[in-house]
Parts: sequence; C-alpha cells; structure tokens
Amino acid sequence: MSALSATPVMEMLRDPVFYIGLGNGLLLTLQIATLSIVFSSIFGTVLGAMRYTGKPVISHIAAIYIEVVRNLPTLLLILASYFVLGMAPVWAATVGLTIYTSAIIAEVIRGGLNAVSTGQWEAARSQGFSFLKTMGYIVLPQAVVKMIPPIVSQFVTVIKDSSFAMAIAAYELMYKGTILAAKYWRPSQIITIYVVISLIYFVVNFSISMLARRLQKKLSAGRGAIGD
Amino acid sequence: MPDLLSHIAFLQEGPFSIPRWQAVFQNIDLLWAGLLTTLLVASLGLVVALALGTVLGVMSASHWRVPRAFTRAYVEFFQNTPLLIQVFMLYNALPILFPGLFIPVLVIGILGVGVYHGAYISEVVRAGIQSIGRGQLEAALSQGFTYVGAMRWVIIPQAMRVVLPPLTNQAVNLIKNTSVIAIIAGGDLMYAGDSFAGRYGHYGPTYVLVGLGYFVLCFPLAMLTRRLEERARVL
Repeated sequence: MSALSATPVMEMLRDPVFYIGLGNGLLLTLQIATLSIVFSSIFGTVLGAMRYTGKPVISHIAAIYIEVVRNLPTLLLILASYFVLGMAPVWAATVGLTIYTSAIIAEVIRGGLNAVSTGQWEAARSQGFSFLKTMGYIVLPQAVVKMIPPIVSQFVTVIKDSSFAMAIAAYELMYKGTILAAKYWRPSQIITIYVVISLIYFVVNFSISMLARRLQKKLSAGRGAIGD
Repeated sequence: MPDLLSHIAFLQEGPFSIPRWQAVFQNIDLLWAGLLTTLLVASLGLVVALALGTVLGVMSASHWRVPRAFTRAYVEFFQNTPLLIQVFMLYNALPILFPGLFIPVLVIGILGVGVYHGAYISEVVRAGIQSIGRGQLEAALSQGFTYVGAMRWVIIPQAMRVVLPPLTNQAVNLIKNTSVIAIIAGGDLMYAGDSFAGRYGHYGPTYVLVGLGYFVLCFPLAMLTRRLEERARVL
C-alpha cells in the first residue's frame, strides 16, 4: 500500500488541484457545448427551413451558407472567430462551433422534411388540413423521428469538438488537462490525465447517445417502419 | 483607379487590407506545402480508416459474440471521445511504448484520423452488410454462382448503394479533421496558415485562403455524396 501511494500517479491523484482543475474544465466544456447547441439549433432550423422552401433568393442564401461552411474545418472557424473577429476565447469557440453546427443541423432538418413523401402532404391537404396543421400534425412528427439520430450525433460532435478551443487557450477540459500535464509531466502521469479526460468525455457523450436512443424508440413506437 | 482604391479605408487598413493580401500571396508557397501535407495525411489516413473500418465492420456483422463485443467497445469509445485527445494520447504514449523511436507528427496524424474514422466507417460497413438479406446469398448460390461470384455480382453491388454515400461523407469529415494536427505542429494547411498568420498578424487573408484550400478538397466529395444519395433513393 505504501509502495503504491508513493507512485507519481498516486501523488497526482492526491492533489486537489487535479479534481478542481478538471471539474472547472468540464463545466466550461459543457457551457461552450450547450450554448453552441442551443444557438445552432435555432439558427440551423431557420437555415433548413429557408432552404426547404425552395424560394429563389431565400433558399439560395441558405444553400450557399450551408455548402461553404460544412466544407470547412471547425478548427478554422474557431480560430477565425478568435483572431479575425477578435472575440474572447470562450465566445470565439462558441461562435465557431455555432457557425459550423448550424449548417449541419440545417441539412438534417431539410433531409428529414424531404424524407416525408409528398403523398402525405397531398393526402392531408385534400382532407382539408391547412399548411400549418399538415406540418404540425402529419409531417413534423414523422420527420422528427428521422432527425433525432443525426442531430444527437451532431450534438455529441459539438461536445467533442469543443476541445479545439484549447488552440485559443479557452480553459475547457482538454486545455485544463494539458495544463495539468505540464505540472505532472511524468509519462505515467500524463497518460493517466488523458485517460481520465477521455473517460469524462465518454461518460457525458455516451449518456447522451443512450438517452437519444430511448427517446427515438419511444417516439417511433406505433409508427411501423419509420425511424427504425 | 489606384487613387480611388486609396480612399477606401477597408482596403488600406484592418484585417483584410491590400498589403496583407500581398504579403500572403508573396508567401503562398508556405500554404501550398501545407495543402500537400494535408492531402498526404488525408489520403493515407483514409487508407488506414478504410482498412480498419472494413475489418471491424465485417467483425461486427459476424455471428460470434467476442468480435462483436470488441468492435462495439471500439466504436463506442472512439465515437464518444474527442479526436484531439486520441491524437494527444498517441503523441505522448507512442514514445513511451517505443522508446528511442522517432515518430513524425505526420504519422501520428495519419494514425489518429485513421483510427477515429475507422470507427465511423466500420458502422457504415456493418449497415451495408446487414442491409442485404441472407436470402440473397442463398439464392445466388443456388443459382450456381460461386461464393466470390455471388459477392461480386449480387451482394457487393447492392451493399455499395447503401455504403457509398456515408462513406464519401466520412472522407469529407476525415479531410476536415486532419486540421487537428495543427495543434501539435503537424505542418498541415491549417498549421501552415496559422503559423504564417501569427508571425505578422495577417489572419484575415490567410484564413480565407486556408478555407478555400479545404473547400476545394471537400466540396467535390460533398457533391458526390449528394449524387450518390439521390441515386440510392431512385434505385
């Protein structure tokens, strides 16, 4: 026991800075990710709806935004928000992630709406449903079930990609880890730090994926083949 | 004309001024070298990812429990942790596992994106295999096809229709994700741009050109993905 507690790894694990540092890092990671997810859900829905309308100018603006942004690395967008737009690190990370994720969510929403066949529209409209009622009662419930898996996996990607914020020195989980690794520089300590960080990300992301899987099962219950 | 330009403040000072553009174009060789490095890492990374993804995908569609459990754990781990950590792990752990061996950052980048996207590709391959009913193979064999012939003419053409669109999409993501090696000084396009921009503060024009580089690599593949998706829906 005494031999074990004398190892460099145990020495590190007894230091409260280890837990406080990673804990604060996790909080900032969750803050950046949550805000990015909220903003890009709103912005992405607007963009997706704009493109879905097929109206000349509106849909073209959305299409150009989506096609340009989704072919750029998230890291580039984060660095550009920081260095070119001159934002504070945490906001630059949030804005960079939001710019990218909006484009992806817009595509998922358009894809989900397109996946509902036009026959559903025609049937509902011919039964006297208004546009909004058709959308609300017939199309969206079917489309949403299809959108859940790709949107949730995109949310998981946001949490993972928020680690890019270490490139602009935002004190999120990944950056906190590398700071710790400078203090506890022995190979066994460094590897322990990265294993612990991986596990933290894993627990957060895996729980989200599991919740989404349950939600999707619940929503698609009684809907036959749709969504499975 | 030059007189007119000199009165436009936007072009004379600020992040996108003309002198900054000129400075970037005078050093465009740096960005070309970065683009080539990105291409190299992306293409070799894709080879690793395809090889790993195919093997793991076949394993996860098998009837035996052990390979299935192994691939499940592999996929869940790599899909739920950041690529950046995996690259840092390789960066720190490889020299410990192989002491005295010098491992170039590029190799770490190739292994990193290969292992990470291998997890995604294995899911694509599994979905492709499982989309073909067992009856198809049995029917083909009973019609006198050899196993290889049945695969070549019956199973693979159908599986490809399911597999190709998400596969090209993964290739796009892989190219974009090679940019993480910039954080460990990988010499790729992102790193070349960032280190040049940081020297003189020419961030605006440099990032526009870096973005253009990634766009030129990714956009054709993204278009191909869409065409394959549409074709898969029609057939």
